Amino acid sequence: MTRTESKTQQLGISLKNDDDDGNVDENIKIGLEIHSQLTRLDTKLFCGCFSNYRDIKPNENTCPICLGLPGSLPLLNKKAVEYASMMCISLNCNIPEKITFYRKNYFYPDLPKNFQITQYNSYELSSIGYDGLISYFNDKVESDREEKTKGKTVRIKRIQLEEDPGKIIYEENNSKINNYCLIDYNRAGVALVEIVTEPDFRNANDVRLFLNKITNIFEYLGVSDPNLEGAVRCDVNVSVKGGKKVEIKNISSFKDVEKSIIYEITRQKTLSMHQISVKSETRHWDEKRKITIPARTKEEEDEYKYFPEPDIPRIVLGSGYREKIKNNMPELPIERLKRYVDIHKLSNHVSDILINNKKVSDFYEESLKIYNSPKEISNWIVNELLSKTNDLEKNEPTDNKSNKQRGFISHVTPQQIADIAKLVEEKSINRNIAKDIFGKSIKTGESPLKLIENVEIRKIRDSETIRKYIGEVLSDEKHLIEQSSTNPNVANFILGKIMKKTGGRADPQLTLKLIRESIERK
Amino acid sequence: MGMLLALGYDKMTNLHKLAGYQVSQKIKNQEIFAEEYISLVFERISNVDSKINSFISKNHESALLKAKQIDKKIRNNEKLGSLLGIPIGIKDNISVLGLKTTCASKMLQEYVSPYNATVVDRLEKQDALIIGKLNMDEFGMGTSSEFSHYGAVHNPWNQDYVAGGSSGGSAAAVSSLQIPISLGSDTGGSIRCPSSFCSVIGIKPTYGLVSRYGLVSYSNSLEQIGPMARTIIDIAMTLNTICGKDSSDSTSTTAATLDQQFEYKINTVDGVLGKNYKVGIIDNLILSSESQVMETVFKKIDLLKKHGFDVQKTKINYSDFALAAYYVIATAEASSNLSRFDNIRYGFSHNPQGYEWNSYSSHVRSNFGDEVKRRILVGSFVLSAGYYGKYYLKAQKVRNAIKNEFNKLFKLFDVLILPTMPILPFKIGEKGAKPLDLFNLDIYTILANLAGIPAMSIPAGFSKKGLPIGLQILSNEFNEQILIDIATFFENKDKFNEWIPNI
Repeated sequence: MTRTESKTQQLGISLKNDDDDGNVDENIKIGLEIHSQLTRLDTKLFCGCFSNYRDIKPNENTCPICLGLPGSLPLLNKKAVEYASMMCISLNCNIPEKITFYRKNYFYPDLPKNFQITQYNSYELSSIGYDGLISYFNDKVESDREEKTKGKTVRIKRIQLEEDPGKIIYEENNSKINNYCLIDYNRAGVALVEIVTEPDFRNANDVRLFLNKITNIFEYLGVSDPNLEGAVRCDVNVSVKGGKKVEIKNISSFKDVEKSIIYEITRQKTLSMHQISVKSETRHWDEKRKITIPARTKEEEDEYKYFPEPDIPRIVLGSGYREKIKNNMPELPIERLKRYVDIHKLSNHVSDILINNKKVSDFYEESLKIYNSPKEISNWIVNELLSKTNDLEKNEPTDNKSNKQRGFISHVTPQQIADIAKLVEEKSINRNIAKDIFGKSIKTGESPLKLIENVEIRKIRDSETIRKYIGEVLSDEKHLIEQSSTNPNVANFILGKIMKKTGGRADPQLTLKLIRESIERK
Repeated sequence: MGMLLALGYDKMTNLHKLAGYQVSQKIKNQEIFAEEYISLVFERISNVDSKINSFISKNHESALLKAKQIDKKIRNNEKLGSLLGIPIGIKDNISVLGLKTTCASKMLQEYVSPYNATVVDRLEKQDALIIGKLNMDEFGMGTSSEFSHYGAVHNPWNQDYVAGGSSGGSAAAVSSLQIPISLGSDTGGSIRCPSSFCSVIGIKPTYGLVSRYGLVSYSNSLEQIGPMARTIIDIAMTLNTICGKDSSDSTSTTAATLDQQFEYKINTVDGVLGKNYKVGIIDNLILSSESQVMETVFKKIDLLKKHGFDVQKTKINYSDFALAAYYVIATAEASSNLSRFDNIRYGFSHNPQGYEWNSYSSHVRSNFGDEVKRRILVGSFVLSAGYYGKYYLKAQKVRNAIKNEFNKLFKLFDVLILPTMPILPFKIGEKGAKPLDLFNLDIYTILANLAGIPAMSIPAGFSKKGLPIGLQILSNEFNEQILIDIATFFENKDKFNEWIPNI
């Protein structure tokens, strides 16, 4: 049994991908190289400079170590090893008992030492993680969810911990005229985790889903914030049967990852249709023109002259390390999902929506602490709060979905959700009124409890006034009286009309009684 | 400087002959001012160094300032450091804040270090005066200190001869009585070879005993910083100051996991004899050295026997493979370490106009010296596509075999004895054209670097022409005290601390 097969059995997931929905092509192989910064670390991978280099003046977040000045030595950030290990565990990777760092030697001006301290598995299995397996879902067919959410899996070849290079900056607009560029080393030495998948993807949509899934996991782990600019980058390998593997680099967003794959598949298929062989090469994604263009010839792996970093002795993690990290790890989305379904008794669908965004899920948890009714709370979040967010989005481009959801949630508090849930459940407020109050609460930021008090004070309890409204409705729509003898819902329909007229102020019990009286009288 | 007159002319002229510990004592006892002494040292340097060429840069202004502060400290009865007022020279591959760290290379001609090496911090904390940066073979690559952008270092015993390398400036400055103590670095013998050629004491400590933070790396897994001086007390004092765990160097913390406080002592000769050290004589290497070297070493062995040491012959089998393993590991690491010198961030003045990155990089890198280029080429080759297993991995296996061989030897012996260098100092320019001849000179010294064990060179005598010969003593890891004890014995019997060149 191979390592992957035994792992599949442990995890109880099927390795065979569900490829029969018409959009996948057996002849296409897509693999990913994902670089995720450990943005939640305080300091860089090998020195005491800030991990958060953003918004610092160029080259001010540097020291002799991350500038690679003569004589400086790297000092490994222990927390980075722990964070990377958490990522490995969440992707079901093995963690070796000993890890080693290697030097990858190549010249590029953004690399202060002209070598990158990274990990390398060709001489020994010593990167922080290897042989992982993770399932994700292709849930793009909303209507037929249960049928289409069969598991898809991707194998993780290896995960390695390494340092980010600096940044080369071309002055805007005239990079071709300028005969110079600027280098900012503020980013140099930031801890980066590289995740290399096997070429198990068959289409661009699956890649997008997978990327969303793992960045969500990293957010749950509290190791990386994928919303920060440049925090997560992704290179793509695409090959179409009969042709060689093409690597696409320089892709700045997940949306463009999807686009570049679609472009590249089309390009390669077109070539092979014309009997032109696809050669192995590295191409760059041209963000403006939305095409891939050939890059300089890719250096062969061996030209990097890898050898073990002599300044960092091999690190012995020991056999109990994985368990130790696992026991102290934050709850993973999949574990949260299980809790919502098993303990909170929420539906799979609702639970799924909640966990898909950590901010939403955390919001739900916070609201529960104030008023413990999973059903009611989740209902208000999923059906009211998020659908309002989605409505907003329909009028705008769909980019940065998670940012918008966060933005929306940021000015609604868990207290408001808890209050409205409590009103409905304990004071049996009419759901329509509750929605109305909730809408006002979101707009004004006022507490639903306050708003309902106002409604209570201004409530119309005067029978004469209510009778006047009933009279108005019945004279406008005379057919209602006839229908009332056969249709028992007419009374409620009239109540709705009156509520609308009075802005929800009419006492519902009294009004319903008076409606019934007047229908029967007629 | 009224005090100067009070001391009398004769006393002042001999001050430069004092060992570091004696200087420190006199300053502490207020027999001399630190300021007076340092001024005298400046004068000595300006008189002598034109013949030796041991300094690349001088730090006189701030050394003087520091000396004045020391005098003030004494007046104010403040706490005083153990290296009070002792001027110490630093090999120019060890970083000193605000001073150039050129590594004797054009490539770092204008590079000023913005930080102190850990060893420099520790010296300054004990009130030592950092007096300047010392000449060497470019990036530590050489056995003669001829391969320097700043010219060859001359041997104080005969200025037509090489001082040895690569820490030639560190040895020559101490030998020629310019300064009492210096720091060198030793990757394959770079402290011991010039110590032998210039007749001073030099120790390469156990790998990991002294922090490498701030030492410009040549071969990270082999090299160590160590002190060089004319007396064993100065060696012990300086080693006590610079050794021990450093959180900035991961190889120092893992090697010295014992977490012990290292405090080396100077024992009496009777005390040393009382320890009944077992001495192993590396017979095969003694016999294959030059006859005058061999004879001198045998005299030292006789002296040991005479005083009742248990002396037995032994040999090292793997020495034939050691040289190949050493040059594979050292050049591989060097080729990677030196790749950062592309003159983009620091280096020397050169207008990049008209170049793109790659052409600029290869153009400026042509300014490395020939020996450095040779080693970068060799190192790049052994690490290149498909050769890793054939060279680098195999060299590491040889290294392990050598370690094991020493482990076995140190079950039988406390200390091993062999010549530091198989030959006598040679004339400047004599061997320049034959790189392999120079490589072969390293055979006796690289063993300790490959095994990570401590090794010391002490003055053993002179050739018929008056050229110094060194005796090398090895002990097991973290057993520096044994080396100090054996050196104490010889210093006491031979009085080699009184062997001074006429310059």
